[in-house]
Amino acid sequence: MLSRTADHLYWMARYMERAENIARILDVNHRMSMMPQSAVQQEQAWGATLRIMGLEGAYYRSHGELSADNVLAFMVFDAENPSSVRNCLRAARENAHAVRGTLTSELWETTNGTWLKMRDFTPEMLADSGAGEFFEWVKYRSHLSRGVTIGTMLQDESLRFIRLGTFLERADNTARILDVKYQLLLPAGEVEGGAADYHQWSALLRSVSAFEVYRKVYRDLITPSRVAELLLLRVDMPRSIARCLKEVYSNLQAVANDHSAETERRAGELEAQLRFGRIDDIVRDGLHNYVVRLLSRVQDLGNRIADDFLVPVS
Amino acid sequence: MSNKTFYNEMIDEAGRVRPHYASFASWLSEMPEERISQKRAEADALFHRHGITFAVYGENAGTERLIPFDIVPRIIPADEWAMLQAGLRQRVKALNLFIHDVYHDQNILKAGRIPAEQVLNNAQYRKEMQGVDVARDLYAHIAGVDIVRAGKGEYYVLEDNLRVPSGVSYMLENRKMMMRLFPRLFSRYRVAPVDRYPDILLNTLRSVAPTGVADPTVVVMTPGAYNSAYFEHAFLAQQMGVELVEGQDMFVQDDQVFMRTTRGPQRVDVIYRRIDDDFLDPTAFRKDSVLGVPGLLQAYRAGRVTLSNAIGTGVADDKSIYPYVPDMVRFYLDEEPILHNVPTYMCRKADDLAYVLDNLAKLVVKEVHGAGGYGMLVGPAATKAEVEAFRQILVAHPERYIAQPTLALSTCPTFVDAGIAPRHIDLRPFVLSGEEVQLVAGGLTRVALREGSLVVNSSQGGGTKDTWVLEA
Repeated sequence: MLSRTADHLYWMARYMERAENIARILDVNHRMSMMPQSAVQQEQAWGATLRIMGLEGAYYRSHGELSADNVLAFMVFDAENPSSVRNCLRAARENAHAVRGTLTSELWETTNGTWLKMRDFTPEMLADSGAGEFFEWVKYRSHLSRGVTIGTMLQDESLRFIRLGTFLERADNTARILDVKYQLLLPAGEVEGGAADYHQWSALLRSVSAFEVYRKVYRDLITPSRVAELLLLRVDMPRSIARCLKEVYSNLQAVANDHSAETERRAGELEAQLRFGRIDDIVRDGLHNYVVRLLSRVQDLGNRIADDFLVPVS
Repeated sequence: MSNKTFYNEMIDEAGRVRPHYASFASWLSEMPEERISQKRAEADALFHRHGITFAVYGENAGTERLIPFDIVPRIIPADEWAMLQAGLRQRVKALNLFIHDVYHDQNILKAGRIPAEQVLNNAQYRKEMQGVDVARDLYAHIAGVDIVRAGKGEYYVLEDNLRVPSGVSYMLENRKMMMRLFPRLFSRYRVAPVDRYPDILLNTLRSVAPTGVADPTVVVMTPGAYNSAYFEHAFLAQQMGVELVEGQDMFVQDDQVFMRTTRGPQRVDVIYRRIDDDFLDPTAFRKDSVLGVPGLLQAYRAGRVTLSNAIGTGVADDKSIYPYVPDMVRFYLDEEPILHNVPTYMCRKADDLAYVLDNLAKLVVKEVHGAGGYGMLVGPAATKAEVEAFRQILVAHPERYIAQPTLALSTCPTFVDAGIAPRHIDLRPFVLSGEEVQLVAGGLTRVALREGSLVVNSSQGGGTKDTWVLEA
């Protein structure tokens, strides 16, 4: 298939996935803000949200003070924020538009329909009817587009590049969520456990639809290292990084070409390390450092995929 | 101008419903008004959701608008279509022969049937094409011929679009929409299907591949997602199951065209290009074009790739050449033309110019190279000041204009804000020339939605209708 087509498919999927993850992160904070907590804690939580996406600088430049309403407006609607939900859904739609002939009509209509509906939302509506409903909507539109993708697309290269985009983006986003929350919730020296933590950790799990999963898998108290294990290493957990890398690797194998061997090797290496990794080792060496290295390797894979497949070379 | 001077497709002079509309009229009268408005709203919503839109130039960049769709179909009886079809085949055959002739032996010029300087000095005549042989000697593989009905219902050819005619996707989508909205209506009529068009198009394109290519790779070439007709480009590529490429996706090596794919370069044999000659190849035509492919012309001249339509077809659909088309039919086919031209005054001729200047308020004056309804004067609809302003332009550059009598274009009942009212329509059937000359029974009917307006172009507020050709 055309390199440019693959590029649009890949980014369509990445932006849709990103919109979903931002909605998830915002939703958690939104829920937390309804629980008793100090102003400082609230502020930290919104600050962390910005840090997850690496948008602190941009936010402070345009908004100054931290406030729930401002962060929501910035992360959902802001035209200047390339990662606002609105811009992500628009970018997903623009990419789909550019290759609409490659998509099934259902997938195109879903993506286009999501964007058309997004245009109707206003900050006032979020304030009135509750932002939670909006975040649900984003999540479900993303579920829908994924379902339509899997349910209607021929299992050829097009689907592979869409899936690559989805899982690379998700790996990146899950890693960021884990990292920031982990630092925020577990300041150095503090002991694990405690009642105050419960809400925080369960909120983190909920943000990646893993609360029930956690209960099912561990049937025990929520502890930070198990949360980290679940999100990093459990291959059966659909939003874990191990799962994402497994998908990245297999989709990469399916589209392999003459010059993609090294990219494939690196993806396979990372996948194996996650598959065989032990959480105790990771925690002992420092989770933050581990995640930082992980993020840079995920980014490296993204760059290499672009070079090998997406950027036109003659 | 009173309404009864126009031929109404549905109602005859005595106010009776014409036989081929009878069943539709009774169906319509049974439909409650709310139901109709509900269906019309549904159509709009569906077109939006499907993204069947066109980009508007000049307004906010990136704006997409719907082309208004009217639910009253334009119905063509079988015998009328049989005549149109024969006439269109004949006309497009002659046009292809003409294009081949003017780039080779120029017999028609030597015979004095068309003034040589009119062809050879025409801006649309491409010297690069002289002596170049193209597959099957065919140039206009896809032709969109605009036909109007006037007077007591006679058909006239208004213009031959032989460069990159658009609109066929609306022919197909309008039919789908009608079938979705009013499935029962189709049990009352035997409407000839149009959905084979993409198949026939693909076959046509494959049949004009460079000689010796066994399994040709066909692509659709678009200027990009912001082009006004992008929807159609994507639609046709998808329906044919071929790649939709932009200039940047292709390159030329050793006179062979390749596209950049995820598995490396892949050879391209036939390019259905939806982009003007000028933008095809920055090394040969417009240097500032970023849409084209450097070296494409060279590969084309070497016979290694087919461009569809060929370069240089514009010389045959130019408004200054149009008056000679009936003569082409006689000259090349030795037949009498089945379809008539609209009488045309060529302002470059002194006699004609004098007549035009005397009768400006009655005439339609068009730019010879214009398209899309821009830069024209519709005398009867213009103010005195507009007519006078145009007179100045005409005197300064008579050679740029032709004039035609204001045709009393036929009307078809159409839903407007005030209810159902007659609105002027035209018809664009699509003629495909490859191994054989083929067309599906139908076309795009455009309708001028403003009361009294004769301009049907979508860029000027025109809408579309489903076009039904009845089976005999």
